[in-house]
Amino acid sequence: MATTATPQAVEEKVVEAIAELGAERDEITRDATFESLDVDSLDIVELSQVIEDEFGVELKGEDAQRLKTVGDAIDLVVARAA
Amino acid sequence: MSRRVVITGMGAVTPLGLGARTLFERWRRGESGIEGGIGAASDFEPSDFLSKKEARRADRFTQLAIAACQEALDDAGWGDGLPIDPDRVGCVIGTGIGGMGSFEDQHHILRESGAGRVSPLAVPLMMPNAAPGALAMRFGLRGPAHGTVSACAAGADAIGDAVRMIHAGDADAIVAGGAECTLTPLATAAFAAMGATSDSGISRPFDARRDGFVMGEGAGILVLEDADVAERRGARILGEVAGYGASSDAHHITAPDPDGKGAVRAILRALEDAGIEPEDVDYVNAHGTSTPLNDRSETTAIKRALGEHAARVPVSSLKSAIGHLLGAAGAVEAIATVYALGERVAPPTLNYGEPDEGLDLDYVPGEAKALRERQNGSGPRPAVALSNAFGFGGHNAVVCLRGT
Repeated sequence: MATTATPQAVEEKVVEAIAELGAERDEITRDATFESLDVDSLDIVELSQVIEDEFGVELKGEDAQRLKTVGDAIDLVVARAA
Repeated sequence: MSRRVVITGMGAVTPLGLGARTLFERWRRGESGIEGGIGAASDFEPSDFLSKKEARRADRFTQLAIAACQEALDDAGWGDGLPIDPDRVGCVIGTGIGGMGSFEDQHHILRESGAGRVSPLAVPLMMPNAAPGALAMRFGLRGPAHGTVSACAAGADAIGDAVRMIHAGDADAIVAGGAECTLTPLATAAFAAMGATSDSGISRPFDARRDGFVMGEGAGILVLEDADVAERRGARILGEVAGYGASSDAHHITAPDPDGKGAVRAILRALEDAGIEPEDVDYVNAHGTSTPLNDRSETTAIKRALGEHAARVPVSSLKSAIGHLLGAAGAVEAIATVYALGERVAPPTLNYGEPDEGLDLDYVPGEAKALRERQNGSGPRPAVALSNAFGFGGHNAVVCLRGT
């Protein structure tokens, strides 16, 4: 069963997944840009796979391509799960 | 007059440990890196060489290449940055298969979880050119780069390609070598299915009891430079790639030509390219896989190519100590050969004890032996060796190396 996509649960999962991609955990804040974290399009696909497994929400399509910050990703997942 | 190509740095990660010099010194002492019938590079810890992100984006064969390359560049005095215009530095890395472990992992995910869970990194992890791509990025090598794919000749072909690229003026230096990691369930089963690997788990090239090769993993990288460029920057010269010869058996997809005709042509071409005669060869670093077929046909080829001189030349196989590193073998063996020439010594063929009929060369059993001192007009001349590498598909690649 998918986890309920509360803002807190999504943030925890997104931060954990980005850290797993190789970014420094203490640099992963809502305002941090993916560019500054060296998270590229391949990483975003991996992140979306983790999110889909966890929350049953697809993080794909045009919206996902426009993601700039960690906060953008968290908000998009929460919005799509609602 | 074509440009001379010298070796200014070397690095290796092998079953004998971290480091090119370690590889040679341990082999010379007759030590083995094979345990439990496998030649694993067990001293290699990715986090010692790679960031978390780099490690995630590199199959183990590429990781091994990065570690070996770091050592080679440090050894060449390039550790603090390239001393040559990066646009003039290329990279050629051979592999037999590429990211086999990643291939197997991703196939498992496909079967278990479906197409939507296959990693977006799958292709860059698996592709056989992953290592030259990663090295170019990590070390800022902006000249021509590619992988060579000729099975167990790939590491030697990488050196040959690199020399040709420098000759042609495409680059002033090339980071060249080979990398392989196929100690995986599918690859292990596949080599066993064709009867290529040893049941006994003992690598004993040229011995009557040999029963196949022992699988190994590792990487070897050489920094090859135009001699004029190297001399201008005052580089320390470790040796020279004096010649290269390659050929195809055009005989069978896996079995060597029993008469070794293709190997003979590659050896003779390498000698011609180096401008030397068979009598000038002081040492042969054999392909010597420990398979019944290779060691017999290779012995025949060495005799045919070198004639009467073959009986006087020490012939030994590094695979007796580390197993078969497939696409990395030709590079790792060339590295060990360069040190052997510098020290004027033929390291031993380990585990050799029972002669096989017709296999009657000097395989350097027991312990290392000194190379005969040879004179030219002005005194002792640098020692010369052939390093053989033959691959499934009928590929033959021979590198002629000259010591200092």
